[in-house]
Amino acid sequence: MNFFGAERFFGPKRLWRGIHVPEHKEQTAHLPIRRLPFPPLLIVPLSQHAGKPAKAIVHEGQEVVRGEPIAEADGFMSVPMHAPATGRVERIAPAPSAKGELTPAIYIRPYPGASQEVLYGAEQNIDQMTPAQVVAAVQATGVVGLGGAAFPTHVKLKVPEGKKIDTVVVNGCECEPYLTTDHRVMVEYPRQVLHGARIAMRAVGAERAVVGVEDNKPDALAALRAANGDRPGILIEAVAAKYPQGAEKMLVKVLLGREIPAGGLPADVGLAVFNVATLAQIGELLPDRQGLIERVVTIAGPAVSKPGNYLIPLGTPLRWALEQAGCTDQAVSVVLGGPMMGAAVGSFDIPLTKGVTGVLVLAKGGAYGEAQVFPCIHCAACVNVCPLQLDPSHLGLLARKDRYEEMETVYHLNDCFECGCCSYVCPAHIPLVQYFRVAKQMNRERKARS
Amino acid sequence: MTEFLIAGGIMGAIGATLAAVLAFADKKLYVYEDPRIDEVEGLLPKANCGACGCAGCRAFAEKAVKGEIAPGKCTVNSAEGVAAVAALLQIDAGTEERRVARLACAGGPHVARHRALYIGLPTCRAAALVNGGAKGCSWGCLGLGDCERVCTFQAIHMSGHSLPVVNEPLCTACGDCVEVCPKQLFSLHAVSHRLWVACRNMADGAQAEADCEVACTACGRCAVDAPGGLIQIVNNLAVIDYGRNSLASPVPTQRCPTGAIVWFEKDQGPLRGPEAKRITRQSPLPVRAADLPTQRATSSYEGMHS
Repeated sequence: MNFFGAERFFGPKRLWRGIHVPEHKEQTAHLPIRRLPFPPLLIVPLSQHAGKPAKAIVHEGQEVVRGEPIAEADGFMSVPMHAPATGRVERIAPAPSAKGELTPAIYIRPYPGASQEVLYGAEQNIDQMTPAQVVAAVQATGVVGLGGAAFPTHVKLKVPEGKKIDTVVVNGCECEPYLTTDHRVMVEYPRQVLHGARIAMRAVGAERAVVGVEDNKPDALAALRAANGDRPGILIEAVAAKYPQGAEKMLVKVLLGREIPAGGLPADVGLAVFNVATLAQIGELLPDRQGLIERVVTIAGPAVSKPGNYLIPLGTPLRWALEQAGCTDQAVSVVLGGPMMGAAVGSFDIPLTKGVTGVLVLAKGGAYGEAQVFPCIHCAACVNVCPLQLDPSHLGLLARKDRYEEMETVYHLNDCFECGCCSYVCPAHIPLVQYFRVAKQMNRERKARS
Repeated sequence: MTEFLIAGGIMGAIGATLAAVLAFADKKLYVYEDPRIDEVEGLLPKANCGACGCAGCRAFAEKAVKGEIAPGKCTVNSAEGVAAVAALLQIDAGTEERRVARLACAGGPHVARHRALYIGLPTCRAAALVNGGAKGCSWGCLGLGDCERVCTFQAIHMSGHSLPVVNEPLCTACGDCVEVCPKQLFSLHAVSHRLWVACRNMADGAQAEADCEVACTACGRCAVDAPGGLIQIVNNLAVIDYGRNSLASPVPTQRCPTGAIVWFEKDQGPLRGPEAKRITRQSPLPVRAADLPTQRATSSYEGMHS
């Protein structure tokens, strides 16, 4: 907290370890959010979130209205889906996903002449709801963590048995280079963000909320402060820009000095953490009982002709989005998410889902690709930057020897959230995070077998 | 001089005491172990492969001596070895059909299209985690040779078309390749299972053939030609019911248009039917323009990273 104006002497709070990466945000940071035209065919996967896939409640050939529920949640660890456009359900069939496997999806062909107004919904008074009712209402909106993890938000709003949450942390860091979706949401929808934060405070029973925004977004800070005015309860705080500050564990440590235990959740230290875009959607949708049907996606990178922050109907095929934004012939690689944690795609026929924060089109001659990999020289550059104080160097050596179990039990592999700092600084170009992802996958499969 | 004697005396006393303890422990804590276990272990191949289901050859020997497992269950052992174990233990050798690993894919890069180019850690496991790999067919072999590396018996080598080939005499059916393959393309089969569908593509026929020239298109000819429900088309894929393996013959392979269903002839490897496409192409197929966003020239996608 900001005791005695300490900020004036020491500057804003900053992350220990981590790295400074070129931000590249100037390409889209000033561009207002714009709508992308509706694609000729929408592919709405039933699993756009972490947890159980939703169950389709429409049939092939059925007409749907924009905003209408088309799939229901299958249990508590699941969220419903809503029609992103007025049109006809063409088929319910497997569709390619960003993970590479085929997942069931609802194909909707939007009507070209439809006004695409959201007519679905009904007002509800949130102030008279109990916390349990708020959780149920949030689940009905289908909102998941829009910062990229796509974890169902209502699950985080339900306070675990025996825990008490005193503070809601609002994550407006957006530390990934290129991405400016959260930035634009904070600038353009500050009231919705703060409204969402107050709903979250009500649901978890917290007295206060802290919004952490990196100090490279002064306009977002100003917009949020102006929207909040003098109302107590929400504190808007600037933190010095550094990667990976937007990670939940990092931000909590920087803002409040609390450390989430290994394998634990923010609730273990009395906190609930939400992304600004998630809260903005809750603040926007919940009072009208509507569903999540679109999200802001940054399309940027050196090989995009019309970069921008686009409001994209969920289920828009990547190919359509790229054709609208345009790629130059320098394009060589397309990445979903940011350049540090995002994954390259191998197909343009995958739909953009709730968890996609950005589409990056990288150009030839970029600082990636076929760099020659050298043996580890034990320089410990990775150890110095690891925000979780793991030993990536040793983990990498173990991974090369397929000693995956030891990595997990002795070297805390599962605490790694794959921020990519170690791979970024490695002078030998060892793809450490890729090794760790393989190791985690092998461990998961081994556990599933036994 | 006295100090020397005292030191020597103390050391001698300690030594004598400890020797007495050891002698006592040797008698008192002796565990009888059947000497035949060592003998049986000596007759086993010592591959410690686990194909029998035991945790290594020693565990197999212990079970064999107790009579819990027949000597023939060790499929890696030679016929003479099995007979020797059976003679030693004076029990029936028992039989277990030899099993081998079979790969359910025949789509090397010369017949199966790639949507993109994968650049990264050169293992199948790593490639599979990046959008499921760069192949057009999401079920197919990624060809980076994790199975070759994991095989303890050098029974798998990568062919010129980046496809693993199982050397059946060397394969012990230990199952390491089954576990390591991220696409689960390997399975262990009795050598008598000679009819084999070398494809897992579950897309519809047109899509499957567009992705891979040797994919099963689910045309159903093999199912019609095979007797008594031996083959069924399930999820756009021919599936063989090995419970009716006695009905199997090379007949269902005869009219297969892509050669996805094959017959393993002894010492000749998989044989395709006469109507299967003859593919002479050696070079990899290029990335199709239709796989790329339309506003970009085809040529620029050749270097597309996955």
